[in-house]
Amino acid sequence: MNLLAIKKKNKKPKGKLGKLERKQELAGYSFVSIWIIGMLVFTLIPMCQSFYYMWFKIKARNGLQFTYVGTSNITQIWIEDPDFIQQIASYVWQTLLQVPIIVVFALIIAIMLNGKINFRGIFRLIFFLPVIIVSGPVMNMLVSEGAASIPALNTQAVVSAFDMFLPTAIAQQLGTLFGNMIMTLWYSGVQILIFLSALQKIDPGLYEAAKMDGGSDWECFWKITLPTIKPMILINAVYTVIFLSSNEQNQLINLIKTAMFSATAERGYGYASAMAWIYSILVTIIVLIFFALLGSKKDVYDRMVKKRKRLEIKEERIARRVERRSVRNARKIERQRQKGMFRTYDGSGDY
Amino acid sequence: MDLGTIKERVRKSLTKEKFHRFLFGTKEKQGFLKELSVYALLIAIGFVYLYPVFYMFSTSFMNQADLLDASVKWIPSSLYIDNYIDAAKSMDFWVSLLKGFVIAGIPTILSVVTCMITGYGFASFEFRGKKIMMALLVFSYILPSQVTMIPTYVLYSNMRLTGTIWAFVLPALVANGLNAPIFILIFYQFFKQVPKVLIEAAQIDGAGYWKSFFRIAIPSAGPAILTVFLFCFVWYWNESYLTELYVKGIANSHSFWNNLVIQLKDFDSSFESRATTGGTMTSLNESVRMAATALTILPLLIMYFFMQRHFVESIDRTGITGE
Repeated sequence: MNLLAIKKKNKKPKGKLGKLERKQELAGYSFVSIWIIGMLVFTLIPMCQSFYYMWFKIKARNGLQFTYVGTSNITQIWIEDPDFIQQIASYVWQTLLQVPIIVVFALIIAIMLNGKINFRGIFRLIFFLPVIIVSGPVMNMLVSEGAASIPALNTQAVVSAFDMFLPTAIAQQLGTLFGNMIMTLWYSGVQILIFLSALQKIDPGLYEAAKMDGGSDWECFWKITLPTIKPMILINAVYTVIFLSSNEQNQLINLIKTAMFSATAERGYGYASAMAWIYSILVTIIVLIFFALLGSKKDVYDRMVKKRKRLEIKEERIARRVERRSVRNARKIERQRQKGMFRTYDGSGDY
Repeated sequence: MDLGTIKERVRKSLTKEKFHRFLFGTKEKQGFLKELSVYALLIAIGFVYLYPVFYMFSTSFMNQADLLDASVKWIPSSLYIDNYIDAAKSMDFWVSLLKGFVIAGIPTILSVVTCMITGYGFASFEFRGKKIMMALLVFSYILPSQVTMIPTYVLYSNMRLTGTIWAFVLPALVANGLNAPIFILIFYQFFKQVPKVLIEAAQIDGAGYWKSFFRIAIPSAGPAILTVFLFCFVWYWNESYLTELYVKGIANSHSFWNNLVIQLKDFDSSFESRATTGGTMTSLNESVRMAATALTILPLLIMYFFMQRHFVESIDRTGITGE
């Protein structure tokens, strides 16, 4: 009971704020208000609108004319648009394959650059260069002229080797991946820098202590480096997924755009909206997969604190229940005593 | 055994050990082998990285004969600049360059200002609903722009803004430009690290919230502003998907707003049509296309070599890796 009383006193009163807090809150809103407007006008409202469009056929003639068609836009995509389905499949495969490759590659480069080497600046300059010049048309040009693959690297042999022991679909995806290996590596510029700056913030004392205890470099990597930069791995994975999904090399978004301006009556805004929603749900699922795989479980200390808190809440609840019951019982006893029906056992034997 | 042989043996073992140490290193010093392999790997990967750029520049200087000649692989027999002249003519280089600067520059400046205000608001005030708003911010980054693209396009065409630069300016004006969530988070991280004492001191001296923002927060945010400005500019410059849709206006083929990236996208068709009307130009081949690509990249490449320090150090400064 005592504990409860103290807790109640310490709790801030909800609802009413002090004058200063109120003023601060207003100032905060005034700073953020621009963004809130933008968020409403350019993200939330359009999102709802395109969700609404999804269920209609829309003709863009003297303004928009809506005819409700239910789910037929979605079924139409699945039945009549094999190109889109195929692109979705290849997009999912490519993303799931490319993201680990890009992240691991970036990590390896970052670790190499983090060691004691000369000309680190020049190497960083080279590895970051693609970030500056990468854009859809430039990439398309380079890929179409064959600058994206090294002729010395015989990808055909690699693909046929994979074909031996993997299903054809996966082997094909791996083949295209190896064919455009340079492009895949080109997308890892930002990730390398993120890893590099995370690595440089690890306390060297940790390594020293581990070396004192006889740990090898290999053990240090698994026991110190990797756990410390685990959150960065998640950030990089998510960044890569988003980058790949909004990149113009990605055929899906071009398909959506062409569907949007398609002159035929079956396509148009409604159809494109349905496509866009399918696509964005897909992207969200992929992001969630990486969150589930890499999401950092909090460290031991945090977990203990959480457990302790949960216990406390439980104890509090029990205390409250005991209190409630004792009050109720006291009232009951009182009532019965007033009626004169309550007798205490006096130990005499008959009562 | 006499003393001489013992000495000999000791010396031998010592040199062997030294050699071993030299190759494989000790606890304090890296071994030569490891160092060598690291450098070899880095240089090899660096070459792979630069390969497309080398290929592009070397091909762009080749003339028709060089392209067909199998013995000419990397170094063209003569510096053939006509490719560049043709490509520049076909792309309307100088005009497109200027327009590109406008298309990327104006939204960038607006975006920097509005994202800074928003980031500061999130970083230094406590208000109800802040957590939900931050979650929304991250969500709006993950959400592909294709979902909002269609209604936004309808909105713009109702307001008759497609094919004008307003289609980029308006979102930037309300902190919803290209990749704005990243920039807001960068400013958020940065302003969290600015000591609160400074701002409190200003407020004690009678400055309001906005005044302390303008007088203290902005002047201390130089590095973050530079970072955001550079990235924002580069991303706007390279964005072709949305530029084609909104600013060029996909519906009208002869639009006023055309930057280099869009010109490169339509390069083949525009070059062909020009070649048939002009008649003097060489036919379309890969050297001309590579020259056009090189011209598109060139402005950013020059900027990168002057500002590379700021680019490369930018990630450190943003505090994305946490403090």
